[in-house]
Amino acid sequence: MAEQILMKGNEAIAHAAIRCGCDGYFGYPITPQSEVMETLMDEQPWETTGMVVLQAESETSSINMLYGGASCGKKVMTSSSSPGLSLMCEGLSYLAGAELPCLVVNVVRGGPGLGTIQPGQGDYFQACKGGGHGDYKMIVLAPSSAQEMYDFVDLGFELAFKYRNPAMILADGVVGQMMEKVELRPMKPRWTNEEIIKKMPWATTGKTSDRKQNVITSLALDAAVHERLNHTLIEKYKKMEDEDVRFESIQCEDAEHVIVAYGCMSRICESTIEMARKEGIKLGLLRPITLFPFPTKEIDRMVPQLKSMMSVELSTGQMLEDVKLAVNGRLPVNFFGRLGGIVPSPEEVFEAFKKSINK
Amino acid sequence: MKEEIIIAGFGGQGVLSMGKILAYSGIMQGQEVTWMPSYGPEMRGGTANVTVILSDKKISSPILSKFDVAIILNQQSLDKFEEGVKPGGLLIYDPNGITRLPERKDITICSISAVDIAAEIGNSKGYNMVVLGAYLKLRPVVTLDNVIKGLKKSIPERHHSLIPMNEKAIAAGMERLVIHNSL
Repeated sequence: MAEQILMKGNEAIAHAAIRCGCDGYFGYPITPQSEVMETLMDEQPWETTGMVVLQAESETSSINMLYGGASCGKKVMTSSSSPGLSLMCEGLSYLAGAELPCLVVNVVRGGPGLGTIQPGQGDYFQACKGGGHGDYKMIVLAPSSAQEMYDFVDLGFELAFKYRNPAMILADGVVGQMMEKVELRPMKPRWTNEEIIKKMPWATTGKTSDRKQNVITSLALDAAVHERLNHTLIEKYKKMEDEDVRFESIQCEDAEHVIVAYGCMSRICESTIEMARKEGIKLGLLRPITLFPFPTKEIDRMVPQLKSMMSVELSTGQMLEDVKLAVNGRLPVNFFGRLGGIVPSPEEVFEAFKKSINK
Repeated sequence: MKEEIIIAGFGGQGVLSMGKILAYSGIMQGQEVTWMPSYGPEMRGGTANVTVILSDKKISSPILSKFDVAIILNQQSLDKFEEGVKPGGLLIYDPNGITRLPERKDITICSISAVDIAAEIGNSKGYNMVVLGAYLKLRPVVTLDNVIKGLKKSIPERHHSLIPMNEKAIAAGMERLVIHNSL
């Protein structure tokens, strides 16, 4: 078995980036994700794999550096926390419009505004429903452990390049700051220029005499052309929904009630499930791993066996809307959430659950 | 085996690094571990705490409201976490700066004068290791061998020459623990 190292989720992101062949990281420090760039600076990957690590002058700048790097077919990424992500939303819309792959990590804190540096999940809408302008979607991965923080970097890049679309890791302050053991995966070399030209024929790698020039843009003033672009994007998002929904279900086989929770809240709710089972209550947990595409079909499949569902979040009921859409009025869908950086204990969730089914 | 521990005190006392060494020792022992800090503007002077869980099985919630063990290094933390110890659990505190003693009758209460002991053995920075020693004496959840291995993993190689001093601090903590209220 490979060596297991105790590290924070944020540190795991940095090590994974180096080891999965990332070409460039561009970022700006913000709590609670600052350890990502700190670790990269400590590791100095530019001396080993040749990966570029650059502190940009702002988040607006780092997301546009991603646009440049991605245009050349490079594996590029950034990380930030909520207020920083708001600054990046324009860039994300452009990246999606220009069909560019990249990885963006958001270690979410409480909002709105500067909010708090404590954990939150209030950026669900921003991540899953847009944030930037126009009809676009991103693949959104929600890790709940340090190991998943590590593994989702490689997975995020894989999906970003599969779809030529930005992918996001939507973490939270708990998953970013918590230390757990992490198994490092084997090193993957960075793609060579020849490999990039072969894999990414669309990239601006330098025009050769045997092809037309590649143009990377999200601008299409011709209405017909622009509508076609939008339809291409819709096809892509549909394909994501068909092929890349990921979730974990815990004790759902015989469940009469199911809690839906992601990220740190899924870990807390796992303990709630154990408590409920001890009291003979058939409670299960559905943990969406991809928030977009959302496990709508899985919820739809579960509905006939259930009496209620409950969305548990560190937000005011954002994922709740997606659960309700999937349930489509067939069951009571309850909600429990805490705000301001307060993370509820498993007992608190259990009390809220019991109240919700006895009302 | 599942041990849920809160370590709480002032920033700068080595609360977080003590938790990290304990967690790494757990990994060396083949256990599942989580280490969840309070984070924020707490570098020095403010309060800092960390929840460490060691378990034979996969750990679900890293955030807890009840603990098997509370290791308390200042008055604010005693006020905050005394009631969170599970009945039958353990509370260890350093009496230095404590003005109100713990009052629970349904838990084991011990003290370790770690500030004094660390000064006596000429290793005031080994304060947190004295406390760790006291804890391990009562709860040998990890072997001393694995603690040394955990230490080696947690501290940078250039400081490995300090490991024997830390070992001594742990031994002093094990020796000088005072039990006030045993169940």
